[in-house]
Amino acid sequence: MSTLALQLRDVRKSFGPTEIIRGVSLDIPRGQRHAIIGPNGAGKTTLFNLISGRFPMTSGDIVLNGESIKGVAPHLINRKGLSRSFQITSIFPRMTVFENIRCGLLWAHDYKYSTWKLLGRQTALNDASEALLERLGLQSRRDLLAGLLSYAEQRALEVGVTIAGGAEVILLDEPTAGMSRGETENAVNLIRSVTEGKTLLMVEHDMSVVFGLADVISVVVYGEVIASDSPANIRTNAAVQEAYLGSEAT
Amino acid sequence: MSPSLMLKRYRVWLLLFLIAAALPWLAFNWSTGRHSGFVLTMLSEIGLITIFALSFNMQMGQAGLLSFGHAVLFGMGGYCTAHALNAIKAGSFWLPTELVPLIGGLGGLGFAVVFGYVATQQRATAFAMITMGIGELVAAAALMFMTFFGGEGGVTTNRMTDTSLLGASYSAPWQVYYLILVWALVCVILMRLQTQTPLGRMANATRDNFERAQFVGYDPRMVRFYQFIVSGFFAGIAGGLYAMLYEIVTFDTVSAVKSSTALLATYIGGVGGFYGPILGSIVVILLQSGVSLLSNAWMLYVGVLFIVMVMYAPMGLSGMIAAHGPIARAGRLRDLLLPYIRVLVPGAMVVLGFVMIAELVSFTTIGASQNKKFQVGSLLIDTASPVPWAIGAFALLLGGWWLRHESRGFQRVWDSTMEDIKRQAAADGGAT
Amino acid sequence: MEVFLVTLLNGLVYGMLLFMLASGLTLIFSMMGVLNFAHASAYMLGAYFAYTVSLYAGFWVGLIAAPVICGLIGALIEQYGLRRVHRNGHIAELLFTFGLALVIEKVVQMSWGLIPVPYRIPPELDFALFKVYGTQFHAYRAFMLLVSALMFGSIWLALTRTRVGLVIQAALVHPEMVSSLGHNVPRIFTMVFAAGTALAGLAGVIGGNYQTTEPSMAFSMGPIVFVVVVFGGLGSLLGCFIASLFMGLIQTFAVVLDYSLADLLKNFGVMVSSSTPFAELLTIPIPRIGALLPYALLVLILLFRPRGLMGTRDT
Repeated sequence: MSTLALQLRDVRKSFGPTEIIRGVSLDIPRGQRHAIIGPNGAGKTTLFNLISGRFPMTSGDIVLNGESIKGVAPHLINRKGLSRSFQITSIFPRMTVFENIRCGLLWAHDYKYSTWKLLGRQTALNDASEALLERLGLQSRRDLLAGLLSYAEQRALEVGVTIAGGAEVILLDEPTAGMSRGETENAVNLIRSVTEGKTLLMVEHDMSVVFGLADVISVVVYGEVIASDSPANIRTNAAVQEAYLGSEAT
Repeated sequence: MSPSLMLKRYRVWLLLFLIAAALPWLAFNWSTGRHSGFVLTMLSEIGLITIFALSFNMQMGQAGLLSFGHAVLFGMGGYCTAHALNAIKAGSFWLPTELVPLIGGLGGLGFAVVFGYVATQQRATAFAMITMGIGELVAAAALMFMTFFGGEGGVTTNRMTDTSLLGASYSAPWQVYYLILVWALVCVILMRLQTQTPLGRMANATRDNFERAQFVGYDPRMVRFYQFIVSGFFAGIAGGLYAMLYEIVTFDTVSAVKSSTALLATYIGGVGGFYGPILGSIVVILLQSGVSLLSNAWMLYVGVLFIVMVMYAPMGLSGMIAAHGPIARAGRLRDLLLPYIRVLVPGAMVVLGFVMIAELVSFTTIGASQNKKFQVGSLLIDTASPVPWAIGAFALLLGGWWLRHESRGFQRVWDSTMEDIKRQAAADGGAT
Repeated sequence: MEVFLVTLLNGLVYGMLLFMLASGLTLIFSMMGVLNFAHASAYMLGAYFAYTVSLYAGFWVGLIAAPVICGLIGALIEQYGLRRVHRNGHIAELLFTFGLALVIEKVVQMSWGLIPVPYRIPPELDFALFKVYGTQFHAYRAFMLLVSALMFGSIWLALTRTRVGLVIQAALVHPEMVSSLGHNVPRIFTMVFAAGTALAGLAGVIGGNYQTTEPSMAFSMGPIVFVVVVFGGLGSLLGCFIASLFMGLIQTFAVVLDYSLADLLKNFGVMVSSSTPFAELLTIPIPRIGALLPYALLVLILLFRPRGLMGTRDT
């Protein structure tokens, strides 16, 4: 069994004549909490979309738990143990909070496309859903339509639906975007607890979140990784400082 | 759930079922001892179109798939049932009459596998176009080929196969009606339960957010495909009941017109919920069977009703009724009584004016060629005289202008009532 | 050889007629994402208006007046109907145009009656232009070719040589981008919708007396035009042009090729009798299945190449 949960090998992506991702290679060992930071437009979300199979790569390879997922459909990638959240909250707005979580658990509990089992009677499934709801701190919102939740609650729900299926590799795309200080703290605690023992890859802009959660930080600028190191080293890395702050005026 | 609890929960539906069962007796001619054949046929048609529309809603409302070829599944079920009935009569195999619609269901299901495999490769607009293409293809084929479809003449059959489990001959229309009613009840229950299964819920989920569905492990294409197949099963049952009711199946059962009946009934009744199509089927069939006797323009009324709903009430009749839920629960329905009257009066003027003009035009052209006169009760209306035209136009225009004014007022009352209720609920919620 | 040439010419004429209809629909569909079910209804209205106008003022006045009336109706529909429905999504727009098609058909039935109206070719154009191997080529067909060619030419010029045309070309492929660049997209939409409807009306003026003018003409022409649009591909007028000619030729040649699959199998020594399974399918001659062919093509293309021949966007 490979010790690398996720491996990117010289991944390139062009949209028409423009190359957005210009040769990204990353090795992410199992259990690592890996943050991807970088200026806006650097291609961080595009990278996520390539890993999760939303867009095809122009060249290169992505290996999940030792198996190439090049050209594999998103739902198959999910079944192989990778799940993700989205930059714009992606849940099922017309279902209740409880049903959102339950949908997240269906495949993992092997229900597949069954049309003869009544969900109301599935005790194991419903108990697991209640348990997850409690972990997320959303039991009081159980029967509310997901679309009516507050923004932070929706983000928490999305994290819940993302990890519900038991995926080992979790991709979170700007999980704390738009949150207040207090909401961010809660979100970070939630993320830390639910991704315990899993491999976490996240895109973030909030530096306190990044430095608090991550074991390794990779900095992406113009579609390339310019540095990949521990938080302390990244902080003092000259190239990173230049990318964010620019060079001194002469 | 205990039987007594279930009875309490669904008491409204039980009541409606009992009313439906009692309806034939409202059309009973006590002097001749016979039911009105016309009324029974219309009620039977409502019953089977209800199943048809609900099956359409499994695609449109539940899975977000707009199909213009749903009649294909209905008609194929009908053709299969007709052939099966003929085979039973010839002694090739035995099946109780009561279970014959199942053949239709299987026919619909089988064809849905083929049809759906092709169509569900796409979604949204491309799906709609494939279904339209397949619909036209099958409708054209039904006219061309004699062996299965019977060409232009169709396939005739006979429902009296002497294989009834209940010993019924199904020679009387009321027997057929009750058969259809029972099947309608069974199908409604099954389709309702289906929404609470993994496939049913994931169909909703995939409709709302297919990317998130992917990342809980589901292939959106397979969800669409399976939902399509189940929908085809029920459409086929409806087609089978059609074959038993009319004892002839022709190409119009697979035609675009039939597909649009499902669409109209479902949309007018209300997509998205569950019971809308039932309401819509009643409305559309009443207009089709009832109004068509009186007027050549009934299709116009259905079309205009449809357009009005698409523009102003996309949630359909059931949606409009459901919107009153919070107000009813807060006990404030009475507040809407006067605003409703104020809206309904100009509304009635507009409808009457429109109907007047439509009928005048219709009788001038079509009616003249059919030698029919425009008659309301005992009053004969002369289409050549400008007077009725002027009255109709006046009612339409004045009513329209007045309605615009009143509807704004109504909207204000509605909004403020809803605001009140929300504020009250928040205050109560905060107090506890 | 004679049959081939005559059929070729007829196929081209029919293809150009299809193009006149399909070009407007492609423009509307590509730009606004609206599948306009009522497009073929505009075709029908064009024919009927031309008929009525020609009763009082002659064919040539009708040629100008009918498309203009159709265009105005299109503008009204877009401004007061489609725009309001737009916020409910593409499906709602589709349903709106569908309902419109139903209503227009009924209104036409009620206004002009159920039987076909005697909309005839004007006497000035009612003669044989030339002979092809003994079969006459009617002058009116040449007129149809002329009008449709002029139409294609002027659309092409308008799109490529005028500023508005450039904006429309851009909006064909990237409507949102054009909007964010500050162009008055709603006004452009209304214009394109009105122009597309007028074009369909023009097609109706020309085609109404070539075919029969009756209330069901919208629902018989409509689906074929959709097939052409999807086949040609979104965002591409050239693809639409090619697809129209292709479809026109297929349908016209199908009528002439009186063969069946059984005939083909006979060449390989396989005899098909009435007891062979699927005998009916194998012995049916091509002219009889002519009506099926466009839809079979539609299904095939949506399966294997949803972009159509030259589409720049997915359906």
